[in-house]
Amino acid sequence: MSDNKVSPTSIGPRRAPVKGVRTGPFQLRFWDGWRLFTLAVALLVLVSLGVVCFSWLTPPAEIWQHLRQTLLARLLLNTLWLVLGVGVLTLVLGVSLAWLTATCEFPGRRFFSWSLLLPLAMPTYVLAFVFVGLLDFAGPVQTLWREWFGRAAWFPPIRSTPGVIIVMSLALYPYVYLLAKNAFQTQGRRAMEAAESLGCGSWEGFFRVALPMARPWIAGGVLLALMEALADFGAVSIFNYETFTTAIYKAWFGFFSLTTAAQLASLLVLLVFILIVVEQRLRARRRFSTARSSAHITRLTLRGWRAWAAAGFAGAVLLIAFGIPVFQLGVWTLSSFAAEFNVRYFALLGRSVALGLGAAVLICSTALVLSYAARRHSDTFTHGLVRVANLGYALPGAVLAVGIFIPMAALDNLLINFGETLFGWRLRPLLQGTVIIMLLAYLVRFLAPGFKPVDGAMHRVTPSIDEAARLSGLRGVALLGRIHLPMLRGGLLTAATIVFVDVMKEMPITLMTRPFGWETLAVKIFELTAEGEWERAALPAVALVVAGLVPIILFMRHSER
Amino acid sequence: MSKLRIALLAVLVVLVGLPVAAVAQAQEVVVYSARNEHLIRPVFEAYTRETGVQVTFVTDREGPLLQRLKSEGRNTRADLLLTVDAGNLWHAAQEGLLQPVDSAVLAANIPEHLRDPDNQWFGLSLRARTIVYSPERVNPEELSTYAALGEPQWKGRLLLRTSQKVYNQSLVAMLIAERGVEEAEKIVRSWVDNLAAPPFANDNAVMEAIAAGQGDVGIVNTYYLGRLLRDNPDLPVALFWADQEESGVHVNVSGAGVTRHARNPEGAIKLLEWMSSEAAQNLFVDANREYPVNPVVTPHPDVAAWGPFKQNPINVARAGELQTQAIMLMDRAGYR
Repeated sequence: MSDNKVSPTSIGPRRAPVKGVRTGPFQLRFWDGWRLFTLAVALLVLVSLGVVCFSWLTPPAEIWQHLRQTLLARLLLNTLWLVLGVGVLTLVLGVSLAWLTATCEFPGRRFFSWSLLLPLAMPTYVLAFVFVGLLDFAGPVQTLWREWFGRAAWFPPIRSTPGVIIVMSLALYPYVYLLAKNAFQTQGRRAMEAAESLGCGSWEGFFRVALPMARPWIAGGVLLALMEALADFGAVSIFNYETFTTAIYKAWFGFFSLTTAAQLASLLVLLVFILIVVEQRLRARRRFSTARSSAHITRLTLRGWRAWAAAGFAGAVLLIAFGIPVFQLGVWTLSSFAAEFNVRYFALLGRSVALGLGAAVLICSTALVLSYAARRHSDTFTHGLVRVANLGYALPGAVLAVGIFIPMAALDNLLINFGETLFGWRLRPLLQGTVIIMLLAYLVRFLAPGFKPVDGAMHRVTPSIDEAARLSGLRGVALLGRIHLPMLRGGLLTAATIVFVDVMKEMPITLMTRPFGWETLAVKIFELTAEGEWERAALPAVALVVAGLVPIILFMRHSER
Repeated sequence: MSKLRIALLAVLVVLVGLPVAAVAQAQEVVVYSARNEHLIRPVFEAYTRETGVQVTFVTDREGPLLQRLKSEGRNTRADLLLTVDAGNLWHAAQEGLLQPVDSAVLAANIPEHLRDPDNQWFGLSLRARTIVYSPERVNPEELSTYAALGEPQWKGRLLLRTSQKVYNQSLVAMLIAERGVEEAEKIVRSWVDNLAAPPFANDNAVMEAIAAGQGDVGIVNTYYLGRLLRDNPDLPVALFWADQEESGVHVNVSGAGVTRHARNPEGAIKLLEWMSSEAAQNLFVDANREYPVNPVVTPHPDVAAWGPFKQNPINVARAGELQTQAIMLMDRAGYR
């Protein structure tokens, strides 16, 4: 980055220049452990992306010509609408709700503060099939509507651009909410009080002080939501809404051209890379320093209609994004329970949870190391590696699954052939179909949602804190354990929660890399919804949501203390 | 001993130990299946009960399964590839992922137009895609062919599933095979003009919308109707056999082929033969309300109640050959 001297903070806002500072037993050499590890993770991601991007070695086929002539304009427009719509709506929902629950006092605030995060456990495709089932012409709502107002009564069509945007935003706003709330809680009311003492009204203070200060976290949350929206296939196909992702699937499953699919996918990667750079430009050249723990917050007490409006707004969002879908899933589950339930469900649940936990541990530790590496090395190269490592989240799952599978199969083939020619063994593939491969694939896909909160928390550990600790004789592991980890705990828990839930919801990678006979809840949902059996899919969906709720509630309890 | 040495030793032990533990056993048959787990597991379990042969399988979409086979090359564990839609099977053969099977049993059990001319794959269940209508608002005498659904009388009354779905791609491919690209495109355009609502994500949604009165006619696979009627016998949707005066109802298959690099090809062929046999065919189709491919087997009573129908005798492999053209045609015609 060219402005390296002006701002060493190309990854985050409060990145401190630590060059020349020696912490712990490690010397600052060019190839220290931090950087080597970062390189290894970036390479893992690069290999997967490479498979996708090397598709350009094959010249574009006639399919390109066809797509350009018939579909591309509409696809781009649809994708643009989706990005704009989901971006704005998750921003508005996430920030307003975070602001209300973090800095204001109103009836039910404590409850909403954690419960507004519950929709995180609801996979986008589940929310999509619930809303299409409820609100489409044949669904119960419109049926009732016609009974009341006659056959010709107009009803807003759910399978439309606004419909997709609203449903997707309801599923994705928790990313923004979670990160923004974190930021508002940290900055506390002090900055606002200062602003008010300088004559700003509370609205003005919000827009001129609190919002800009929280910008890096908000931008990070919106970026996560957008990456998720761009990579989504399940929800858009339920709406039959054509986006870049559906074109990728069409090229692959329809035209059987994985090359064209990969070429399209690499454009998507490029788009997301641009988004990431834009996000970082938004944060660059700013230094944020106030760090107050949430214990010091004094909240603004809302009174009268304001109080009720706040409660009503939070309640409405919670009801639409979580209450109604859960109720509908419950109704479907009751009608299909006898036919669908059997003992195997416990195994499905167990595997989903185990995968989520394993991935959460792996990804959080990786994110921690990367964040430290970026902190220790403020150069462009290291930060570039970190950025690359975060790109996996942008790719539609099925494409990424291929990107991961092809090199691993190649490695397996190498090992097998090696064993055969050297020792005459007839071997099975060693890597494919092992849980290790699944976890590595999840690492590539979900590093970004794990890294964002950890890295955000890392910014709070200012160099002066390190200095102070060192002066009192703390260094190395002791410094990490007694000073850093407590400060990073919130970020690590946020990351672990998001990753755990995301991994349990994930379908394409799980489908492609799992061992034989390894069904999970998400796989079960895929099998049933693929044939339109939504009612039967309600049971695994409910199990998935409930399993996701546990860590979310635990996490929110923790952060509320 | 230094830590480094211990680590190196551990790596060595793993590298030497794992392969020995992983040397393959020959008895089991390994299947890659794009047919859903809940439909296929009972079939494999029955086979294991009958023969003692273990069937190991993994399910996924067709695209990733084919890619998986390809990437694994000659080291794949898969003996049998099981998928829905002839187009997918045709592509698997085209990519050199299957091998020809010379089996008198399969030749006897499966009609010629439902298997690959080169014997690389075999249909195991028959899927008929035909017209459904609202008996309240449509007189079945008004109905005749797929093409006729584009006539002006169906303006604002037709409902379709998305063109993304391979079943519609195969249907249009068959229209191309019979009538040529130009006429097929005209038909698809006329369908699009007649749509009462944007195309749906699945066949069930099409029929539910007909029942609710959003449209009056649609095109679906019969087994979806069978499953809906099983759960809700009073659903006001009825079935019409299309093109009976002409070439017959468009049929497709779910089927399987032995993989080129199968380790246990004999086991795979035996399983394939068993699935096409009288004993297994009902097991294979009843749960999903499909038609058996083996002509001596009678379908499930609910399915038989729709009566006999004339099938389009064109080999289903044509759907695969013409799939690309079909998709491009639907894109041009604005069929989403």
